[in-house]
Amino acid sequence: MIENIKVLIGIIMAAVLVNNYVLSQFLGICPFLGVSKKLDQATGMSVAVIFVMVLATAVTYPIQYFLLNPKGMGYLQTVVFILVIAALVQLLEIVLKKYIPALHASLGVYLPLITTNCAVLAVCISNVDNYMTATSFGGTFVQALVNALGSGLGFLLAMVMFAGVRSQVERCNCPESFKGMPITLISAAIVSVSFMGFAGVVDNLLG
Amino acid sequence: MKKSKFSILTNGIIKENPILVLVLGTCPFLAVTTQASNAIGMGAAVTFVLLCSNIIVSLLRKIIPDKVRIPCYIVVIASFVTLVQMIVKAFLPELDTSLGLFLPLIVVNCIILGRAEMFASKNGIVDSALDAIGMGIGYTLAMLVMASVREIVGNGTWYGIEIPVLVDNNILIMTMAPGGFAMFGILIAIVNKLSHGKAIKKKEFGCEGCPSAAACGQAGCTQKEAAVK
Repeated sequence: MIENIKVLIGIIMAAVLVNNYVLSQFLGICPFLGVSKKLDQATGMSVAVIFVMVLATAVTYPIQYFLLNPKGMGYLQTVVFILVIAALVQLLEIVLKKYIPALHASLGVYLPLITTNCAVLAVCISNVDNYMTATSFGGTFVQALVNALGSGLGFLLAMVMFAGVRSQVERCNCPESFKGMPITLISAAIVSVSFMGFAGVVDNLLG
Repeated sequence: MKKSKFSILTNGIIKENPILVLVLGTCPFLAVTTQASNAIGMGAAVTFVLLCSNIIVSLLRKIIPDKVRIPCYIVVIASFVTLVQMIVKAFLPELDTSLGLFLPLIVVNCIILGRAEMFASKNGIVDSALDAIGMGIGYTLAMLVMASVREIVGNGTWYGIEIPVLVDNNILIMTMAPGGFAMFGILIAIVNKLSHGKAIKKKEFGCEGCPSAAACGQAGCTQKEAAVK
């Protein structure tokens, strides 16, 4: 039992700090650059991403295990996953609008943007690639869900940190050609240098 | 206003370069540009998918109902991405390992969906094909420039060929994540400088600049802007 929990904590820490989706794997750069201008928007978008990542993994992982793999249709993965995610996001929006209007008001506006967010598709595909084994379903499914949660939390961390950095960068006095996008990207580079410091932290803590 | 065929073709290469001017499809651009060979492979894959999907979308533009057009485009794009995945896996296994996850992720590349929505759904087959080729070449060229700089400075090689002095004095961080971000920033700054700020005058991350604008549709965007205000 303790071993299992240790593995799960390791997965979360690796996903949040070491293999941060945005800052070390370059996934979800578009929302990272687009919606990180204000802190509240950055948080709203990230929470929506966490939500959809976990939900999408919970749906696509069983689809791959029980439907695509036994029927030998693994090659349909890309088509099926993107359609399932798109449908899921639409469905989620409808459900939230009907039953939890308060949540819809704060997250709903970000949901359509998430359909084409590469981080969500990436987390589903990499979960299948990394955790799925032919023999057991339960244990690996939990690991995949935890990884999705961790990746989402990593996204949140990067977004919130970067929103703070950006509010300072916006006010800085920089050369004319660097204003706007270029200086944003260069500050992202500096933030990602700081995340390189986490390399190896999981192995040393839990290894 | 009717554009000439030639201007449609060159539009994507210079005036509306998908990476450096429109700033679309940044994720694979940053991730796979560690080696020039990867950049060419990725560029070719994206160009192929873009060309095929633009042609099909243009052919079907009168049949697809307006309300379900985005899911239809996604299915078309996803089918061609699967095709590319299979071809690369079968004939270029090395490229498959180095591109990895980013090969299936072409399906969510905003350039392709963006061009389907903005151009192919409104124009004829020939124009759409030319637009796709232009955009594809522009994308590949931008990737090649970025990858060349990162490979030469970071690894001391170019396309696998060792460069005498640099190979012993490589700056490894250029091939890692921070180098990618910084180099991309510098490239855009150079484009800004060369075009005297005409290309993207401090490009705003507004709705028209939003890469997902095509997918989220006007409704989502106005909602978002209303929420921002």
